[in-house]
Amino acid sequence: MTEKSGADILIETLCDLGVEIVFGYPGGAVLPIYDAMFRSGRIKHILVRHEQAATHAAEGYARSTGKPGVVLVTSGPGATNAVTGITDALMDSIPMVVLTGQVPTGLIGTDAFQEADTVGITRHCSKHNYLVKDPARLAETVKEAFHIATSGRPGPVVVDIPKDVQVATARYVRTPATTTATVHKTYRPQIKADQALIEQAVDMLAAAERPILYTGGGIINAGPGASQMLRELARITGAPVTSTLMGLGALPASSPQWLGMLGMHGTYEANHAMNQADLVLCIGARFDDRVTGRLDAFSPNSRKVHIDIDRSSINKNVRVDLAIVADAGRALEDLVRVYKARRHPKPDLTDWWQRIETWRAVKSLGFPASAKEIMPQHAIRALWAATHHRNPIITTEVGQHQMWAAQHFDFESPNKWLTSGGLGTMGYGLPAAIGAQLGNPGALVIDIAGEASIQMNIQELGTATQYRLPVKIFILNNQYMGMVRQWQELTYSSRYSESYSDALPDFVRLGEAYGWKGIRIEGPDQLDGGIAEMLAYDGPVIVDCRVAQLTNCFPMIPSGAAHTDMLLYSSEVSGEMDDSAKALV
Amino acid sequence: MHIQQQTAERHTLAVIVDNEPGILARIAGLFTARGYNIESLTVSEITDDKAVSRITIVTSASPAVLEQIVAQLDRLVPVHKVRDLTAEGDHVERELALVKVRGIGDHRIEALRLAEVYRARVVDATISSFVFEVTGGIDKIDKFVTLMGEVGLIEVARTGIVAISRGKEAA
Repeated sequence: MTEKSGADILIETLCDLGVEIVFGYPGGAVLPIYDAMFRSGRIKHILVRHEQAATHAAEGYARSTGKPGVVLVTSGPGATNAVTGITDALMDSIPMVVLTGQVPTGLIGTDAFQEADTVGITRHCSKHNYLVKDPARLAETVKEAFHIATSGRPGPVVVDIPKDVQVATARYVRTPATTTATVHKTYRPQIKADQALIEQAVDMLAAAERPILYTGGGIINAGPGASQMLRELARITGAPVTSTLMGLGALPASSPQWLGMLGMHGTYEANHAMNQADLVLCIGARFDDRVTGRLDAFSPNSRKVHIDIDRSSINKNVRVDLAIVADAGRALEDLVRVYKARRHPKPDLTDWWQRIETWRAVKSLGFPASAKEIMPQHAIRALWAATHHRNPIITTEVGQHQMWAAQHFDFESPNKWLTSGGLGTMGYGLPAAIGAQLGNPGALVIDIAGEASIQMNIQELGTATQYRLPVKIFILNNQYMGMVRQWQELTYSSRYSESYSDALPDFVRLGEAYGWKGIRIEGPDQLDGGIAEMLAYDGPVIVDCRVAQLTNCFPMIPSGAAHTDMLLYSSEVSGEMDDSAKALV
Repeated sequence: MHIQQQTAERHTLAVIVDNEPGILARIAGLFTARGYNIESLTVSEITDDKAVSRITIVTSASPAVLEQIVAQLDRLVPVHKVRDLTAEGDHVERELALVKVRGIGDHRIEALRLAEVYRARVVDATISSFVFEVTGGIDKIDKFVTLMGEVGLIEVARTGIVAISRGKEAA
């Protein structure tokens, strides 16, 4: 039997695993792999302009398709540039495999050219990582990496491959990709819930007078079937549903049971319902500080059930009464089955819904209209009105525009909302849109951006041009790092330290320089026309939409406040906060 | 504004892991990254094929944080199992220390006498020094080292705690 080089083994293994697209950037320590890929011709490689963008593109691809994203970068700066995206994928549980080149094994530890301790650097920002020192172990390691990245709580896995291991040869025997899953020595995530715990959860759900379903990204990760099961559970229990930023789309926003997002920029009704509930059923969410607000005032009178595939998420921030370790989709399926088998009548939640309606009547997402300026919320609503029938994929950067998009763009299905939640990475949206467009060639993909965030990975305009990807960037340009400015207004008596976006480029001409179409929208009368022009163009478009500069994102729970202490538009405040408030993020 | 500290209790954890490169950095780094304490950490291979190691960690944390430590350790890919020996009941803890003492005359005689009381063995002797080997729980070793301080203590090397549950069951 002939032997193959490590690089050839790697490419064959990727093909065997069904990898179609790799996001990457070549360099000295991965040249053998790039050559093997060139000779094989079986993998589509997307050449990004910066390695960070490769990781976010892989995240966008993964989040919108459910398949793992694959990244290939060189040693040293290639790997360190990828670290932000790896951390982002860890925080948001995105399945991703990052293949990094490394200096030859004999040079490791000598401060060789483009050497970095990649496994050391990524050890705590990846789900797992490997340094492969023997080409005979490469295929098995890569298969294990894919298994770990995609199973249990998904996450990024890094495989560091020294250059001599890429060149050296070994025997390669094709084995079915699935075998690793069953034989791993130590890694066996719990997928199926303990039946007795499901029964208890159903008991609690059926007995609750004021239940609420608090859902998160775990439902999206569990696949479209999990969203279907959530809809079914909501239907048979009649309970209101709220969601974290990462879980938007699991329940259609048009459902009468949908309360909107909860947490810091969540709706009045969602946060008040959480506060007053007697039962919180948390599915695939992790009681993040953006969601809970002040912990001692978080849903004080409720019993709490937490379903999560990661045991370490349970009791981390909030003590719960019933913990169920399981895949969100499987657990939802079990809950629905048991609930139906017991023939529980649909609980009478009339009183509860009446209270919720009074909170809804506050219309917390309302914002003042303006004939002179484009209100950013209005721009999102207009974008939604013009595109929702096409079920678009929306990505975002991070900041005010992200929260306005979460509040005002209504999602009807999962895998359509791609945003950096846990890490809050500015510069995520454009590469994520590129990844999503590659995974969904026919889809309408729009990056809702801010003028500051978009500049963090603006170089990726070239990537979209190269691969003829018709992605759209819709910049809400208020000439401020809006969320920073808002916090400075609320906390630091409007001392706007370094939050003004000075020396902005002309985004229209910048886009044109990269071969994009550029559109500027300067006033309310141009908004619908500009959006229509963007949608009519069969190629990439960058829209510079000038919006009201000093608009704040409300509703808002100030950091460290309780769910019931929400700021609304009508209660807009500014001033100086004390040190304990300033210390909160 | 002042930063508040939570009250902590001491627990001994046994962590069974795959003996792969970087495993110790993975475990130790988890503790620093999440702000947990390590009071002592010992590690050694425990199978003939050298494929599995046992790490004994002594940590101080509030009960809620301890639950997190166990869960966080448990989700690391190369970790086979994690046991909180303190929470699970009766167990034996031992540490070994090598204690170097310098002195002549009465100090030397007193050091030997105390060593006998603590069942410490002399593993090196010169005209003016001893190295004692002593094993026991943390308290015993602490006391022995303190006493040696009175009679010419020069240097101490301690292994850190190893621990195992009592009774017939494995951890």
